[in-house]
Amino acid sequence: MIEVKNLVKSFDDKTVLHDVSAKFETGKTNLIIGQSGSGKTVMLKCLVGLLRPDSGEILFDGRNTLDFSHEQMKELRKEIGMLFQGSALFDSETVLDNVMFPLVMFTDMSRSEMLDRAMFCLERVNLRGAEKKYPSEISGGMQKRVAIARAIALNPKYLFCDEPNSGLDPKTSILIDELLSDITHEYNITTVINTHDMNSVLGIGENIIFINKGYREWVGDMSQIYTTGNEALNDFVFATRLFSELREYVASHGHIDKK
Amino acid sequence: MLLTDSIANFGRFCSFLGRVFAWPDKFSISFKRVINEISKLGVDSIPLVIIISVFMGAVCTIQMQLNVTSPLMPAYSVGLATRDIVLLEFSNSILCLILAGKVGSSIVSEIGTMRVTEQIDALEIMGVNSANYLVMPKIVGFVMFMPVLDIICMGTSFVGGYLVTVFTDLIPSSRYIYGLQAMFQEWYVWYGLIKSVVFAFIIVSVSSFYGYFVKGGALQVGKASTNGVVVSSIFILLFDVILTKLLLQ
Repeated sequence: MIEVKNLVKSFDDKTVLHDVSAKFETGKTNLIIGQSGSGKTVMLKCLVGLLRPDSGEILFDGRNTLDFSHEQMKELRKEIGMLFQGSALFDSETVLDNVMFPLVMFTDMSRSEMLDRAMFCLERVNLRGAEKKYPSEISGGMQKRVAIARAIALNPKYLFCDEPNSGLDPKTSILIDELLSDITHEYNITTVINTHDMNSVLGIGENIIFINKGYREWVGDMSQIYTTGNEALNDFVFATRLFSELREYVASHGHIDKK
Repeated sequence: MLLTDSIANFGRFCSFLGRVFAWPDKFSISFKRVINEISKLGVDSIPLVIIISVFMGAVCTIQMQLNVTSPLMPAYSVGLATRDIVLLEFSNSILCLILAGKVGSSIVSEIGTMRVTEQIDALEIMGVNSANYLVMPKIVGFVMFMPVLDIICMGTSFVGGYLVTVFTDLIPSSRYIYGLQAMFQEWYVWYGLIKSVVFAFIIVSVSSFYGYFVKGGALQVGKASTNGVVVSSIFILLFDVILTKLLLQ
């Protein structure tokens, strides 16, 4: 589990995160949601150590990472997988080399063991056959899946995803969401997903943290979100007519028939 | 403001170099990357070096012949002057100024694009020292290969001058070749090699620094590329003065 306590982060004189506390549970898809500019990306970057908060605590299974030495942080990072908004694949390397990269850097596996592991990860994201292609030769959705395969190559304990659905069509978005959800449950990973995609929120949001203007505004899960009285959250989640009608449907029927 | 910015940038540059020359995560990977960078930055520059050197050597020879018109000056002085110009300045300073454009801009673009597409963040999150992983092999590879480019430049410049003597009647080829060998000082070759190694370090380290700290998008990568080349060139000229003073006096 990852726990954040009283996190504060400012840039110059602008405070982006105001005393934010939250828990991200193991084996669940934890979603950080909020409008653009609400501070969710800053929060994710603080969690993974790309930004250092001004104050507060970040506890990875009880270990405060802000007290970590450089070496301890380096060790922790081997337990972290990250999926970036733009996939961040190394474009000079093939899909297979991208997935093998963490294995080459941080394990003493033989070449054949690394190949087996990389092929297993690619198979897990349904990408067998694309291993010899370069990132520029595959679609955005496939790039995201390669990035997921690379993120899980070292069997991470924590998986962070920054806008995993951005730039994808709805069908591919759902595929990515399902993949992330399946991997989270299969490997019992603490997954933190930063998103403003409402399909993701209502589809895989097992633990949702809503950040509004740098404050933690609401915590709950996807079933509670339909009945929340939080005005800012309602404005954000049910901003479109479709989702607004969906909420009215749930309010009148009490549930959604997923069929 | 300009002074404080320069001091701050120098501090950042020093701290960046500290990260670049940290102990590599895996030596075997770094070694492979060094070989790769020698190929990309060094071997791929050979055609450009040859083309430029042949023409510059030819131009030097023609200029010397046209400007050294005194009957008291022997014909071989054209070869001698061409040789010394090539050894002392052209094969190192001028060549490196040209390479600052080719190699420097390619390094800023490559690393800058990796920065704006979050590839460097991805390396950092994996626990890889991105500065060391990306930049150290470039510096080591190019610095190691620069003397080879320098020697190729020297040789092909002399060939360029020789071709002028073959295809024109400015001076006899035999006088030119005699001039190339006359009053030869071996130290000039070493002086040129030392300078080229220092300039190679400047080109790669300064360009990498500008690429590594790019913020924004494609426009900023382009600006950083220009800044990287300009600043590398200025430092090459500055160190040219310093090294000439130190090594030749």
